[in-house]
Amino acid sequence: MRASIFAAGLWLSMQAVPAVAQTADPIEPFNRAIYSFNDGLDRVALKPLAQGYAAAVPLPARVGIGNFINNFRDIPNVINNLLQGKLGEAASDVGRIALNSTFGILGVIDVASEFGLERHNEDFGQTLGRWGVSSGPYVVLPLLGPSTLRDTAALPVDYYTGGRNLVIESVAVRNSLAGLEVVNDRANLLDAEKALDEAALDKYVFIRNFYLQRRQNLVYDGNPPRPKGDDDVWDETDAAPDAGVTKKE
Amino acid sequence: MNRRFFNRFFTSALIVAGVGVAQLALAATAPDELIRSVATDVQTIVRQDKAIQSGDMRKTLELIDAKVLPNFDFARMTSLAVGRDWRSATPAQKAELTAEFRTLLVRSYANAIVRFKDYQLTVKPLKLKPEDTEVTVRTEVRKAGSPPDSVDYTLYKKGEEWKVYDVAVAGVSLITNYRDAFGEEIKAGGIDGLIKSLRSKNAQNAAGGEGAAKK
Repeated sequence: MRASIFAAGLWLSMQAVPAVAQTADPIEPFNRAIYSFNDGLDRVALKPLAQGYAAAVPLPARVGIGNFINNFRDIPNVINNLLQGKLGEAASDVGRIALNSTFGILGVIDVASEFGLERHNEDFGQTLGRWGVSSGPYVVLPLLGPSTLRDTAALPVDYYTGGRNLVIESVAVRNSLAGLEVVNDRANLLDAEKALDEAALDKYVFIRNFYLQRRQNLVYDGNPPRPKGDDDVWDETDAAPDAGVTKKE
Repeated sequence: MNRRFFNRFFTSALIVAGVGVAQLALAATAPDELIRSVATDVQTIVRQDKAIQSGDMRKTLELIDAKVLPNFDFARMTSLAVGRDWRSATPAQKAELTAEFRTLLVRSYANAIVRFKDYQLTVKPLKLKPEDTEVTVRTEVRKAGSPPDSVDYTLYKKGEEWKVYDVAVAGVSLITNYRDAFGEEIKAGGIDGLIKSLRSKNAQNAAGGEGAAKK
């Protein structure tokens, strides 16, 4: 934890240095090694567990469990929306927690969404991004998976502001909930996995790009600035019907 | 009683869908209307077709061929995913890249299409000026119990028709997501190297699909 606070300080101080052209993944060989480790562990442990869980727990129950977990996740959403100055969103999140914890029976039913209070997705990494800290290089963390230097540095804050750790005193209950959260999240990804297997030329690269783009999109709440140097290589010759590439099917 | 109601309902649904397609052929449909009608058509068919629901790949691909593909411009999509090196590719290479990339994407889409039947789709209102030649149609898909995901389609006006050339799911653009991987393949083996890896990936997917179907 101290190391990541140090990393955060280091990264923040590096922000002052003019940006040097660099790839988003300067430690790729190292990252790939961790990725293989995580992938192997997933295959022998987490994925079978998630499959068993998905087979044993019927979908409505899983939805309830997901809602219950998300109710805790709404707490850091409030904190981070406040930190980003998004007062309306923060107020809406407070309303969500109040509604779901009461009428939603401790969060099991997401009644707030039915009332039009949409769930947000915030964390301290996004808050730092909103404050102007760039993501830094891509980092694959052991067990935790895809991250960036910025998002890694934000983890201690996410840990202490994570809803469970603020609300629940018993360490045993907290840890069981954390375990449930991991398995439930993994079960939700089982469907997407086949698509990933078939769509990706290189799974590592695919996941990296997905993560980096997704985070950028989250920092800007769905409206990221258009990347520069995104030159359109499409021209009139390509658009011409006799270019041979626009075969009509 | 119920059955008769459903029969009548589906017949009228089909007629409405048919009219929709006919209109589509007649005039340039507004981009948001286009997305809405294609998505609704596909969803209606998937919800009715037991063969598609049980994973009949041939029927699924037929559906995609008929309904979805005519509204996409894969050549433009491929050019953007390939990036700068597109300019140095020969017309034959461009055609092959496009064909292989299309096969790859259609295949991934075909696998996801069955799940599409449980989703609710909302197309967000679009402000389109008459002089616009490029537009992003934002939609939201929602499944009971999950937060909505955004699916955004970027289209451009090609002649009188609007064609989709990028799709972004949860803010992640298809084109951008492939650009790095394509770049690395081209760096290692040139344009032909990329064509080769796409081709072998497609062969692998096709073999895997048949293997799974046999089980």
